[in-house]
Amino acid sequence: MTTVEARAGLLLRILPPGLYAGRARMLVERSIMVSRASWLLFVSGAVEPFLYLLAFQLGFGKLVTEVAGPDGRPMSYVAFVAPALLATSAMNGAVFESTYNLFFKLRYAKLYDAMLATPIGPLDVALGEIGWAMTRGGIYAVAFLAIAAAMGLLTSWWALLMVPAALLVGVTFSAIGMALVTFLRSTAQFDYIQLILTPMFLFATTFYPLSVYPEPLQWVVRCLPLYHAIELMRGLATGLLSGGMLINLAYLLILGALGLWASTRRIAKLLLT
Amino acid sequence: MATISTGRVVGKWQGAWLQVEGRWTWYRRHWVSTLYSTGLQPVLFLAAMGLGFGSQVRPGTVTGGLSYLQYIAPALLAAGAAQQAVGESSYPVLSGFKWQKEYLAVTATPVSPGQVFGGHLIWSALRLTLAGAIYAFVALFFGAWTGPGVLLVILAGTVTGLACTAPMAALAARTFDEGQRFGLIFRFVVMPMTLFSGTFFPIAQLPAAIRWLAWLSPLWHGTQLARGVSIGGVGGWAMLGHLAVLAGLFAAGWVLAHRAFYRRLLV
Repeated sequence: MTTVEARAGLLLRILPPGLYAGRARMLVERSIMVSRASWLLFVSGAVEPFLYLLAFQLGFGKLVTEVAGPDGRPMSYVAFVAPALLATSAMNGAVFESTYNLFFKLRYAKLYDAMLATPIGPLDVALGEIGWAMTRGGIYAVAFLAIAAAMGLLTSWWALLMVPAALLVGVTFSAIGMALVTFLRSTAQFDYIQLILTPMFLFATTFYPLSVYPEPLQWVVRCLPLYHAIELMRGLATGLLSGGMLINLAYLLILGALGLWASTRRIAKLLLT
Repeated sequence: MATISTGRVVGKWQGAWLQVEGRWTWYRRHWVSTLYSTGLQPVLFLAAMGLGFGSQVRPGTVTGGLSYLQYIAPALLAAGAAQQAVGESSYPVLSGFKWQKEYLAVTATPVSPGQVFGGHLIWSALRLTLAGAIYAFVALFFGAWTGPGVLLVILAGTVTGLACTAPMAALAARTFDEGQRFGLIFRFVVMPMTLFSGTFFPIAQLPAAIRWLAWLSPLWHGTQLARGVSIGGVGGWAMLGHLAVLAGLFAAGWVLAHRAFYRRLLV
């Protein structure tokens, strides 16, 4: 216990004892070592949004050449879709990492049972997993931005802020995903995850502006977390900043904090009792 | 020396049907949780891409004068079938060998490995047809169909799916690790196939250098078949050609999978 006490900081004094031991980075280290074995799958995560961009450049962009941008003025369709694709891939990456992987570690590999037998707490587990999801999402975001910039889809220096924005999206969705996955009992229930993700991907103004929907439906779409992520990205990519983006930011931050709180509680409940 | 069997030997088809019956028993209890992959997913794509994205597309030469919704409706059925087929023949088949081991259990009875694989194929065909029928029915309310060719589109979807099921099952039967390669298949084969097989836009828009990739994909042939029977625009000989490619893929997959099932289950 001496090493834990030596590192005791403010967090340790605030949190209930045993929840946090300041060793979240050990989980990140483990994840890096694991992903070295499946590096091809790791790299493929960067390829996927690129394929989407290619499809939109070659195909969809010829069907629809211009759409109404964030300020109502028309913009090229590919440039309209690109930021939304980054938001979606940040979401997907985070959710897959924190649901499927977490489920297997939690239920089958009993990885966390083993970890909690060492001086590591549930908050370390939650933070470590989210930290890894962030690292991964950050790498993909940088790769995507480089490709989008090379295709001439970014028109503002604000676009550089899309990397931290992608990290925030990743943290929010992995925290929420982690909290939800602790309720799943069998792999057959993974369909439920898809049942939430796909409609969000399809309807949260990824492919067409919000104005397409009738008024009441617009309000439903405004409740989707991915919608706020996309709004944030689109504003940054075009450099058309607005006050509404602060609301988008706040929405994601609050959701992320809620997710972190809930996932720590759930993991503690599942593993420590 | 003649051996006398005390068990009841099942007929060639009956063994496979017993498998189907087993799956059906499972499905009756779990159909709600699989509703998403059975029919709901392509319906969601139809709503988002056909109605939402389609609202931005003007009917023109690309869509054959039809609305975008009507243009992609048959193709989405084929794409949904291909995805469902790959999904059902990857982890579930590996699980039959490795995790749940129901294939091992079944072949401990007089049912042969070939019958186990046959059962999987029949069950896949039934599920694909059911999913196609559900999708076709819902799409009816979107106004997605232009004529009575719908019933044939369902069949085209099943054929497309089976052309993906057999090769994928062959791959799954030869997979011995935790199935990491399935992730790569989804990313590098299924996803690009869905995007670049003429589902959302004609492959004539692709540069000639990568157009041949679309010709290789079973989904492009399935898409052409589905469009041909529902909205026309595909010649009779071309249709036969597409059907032949799909049948060829199915046959090749069958031979490989059949062999792999025997090799893995007969110890």
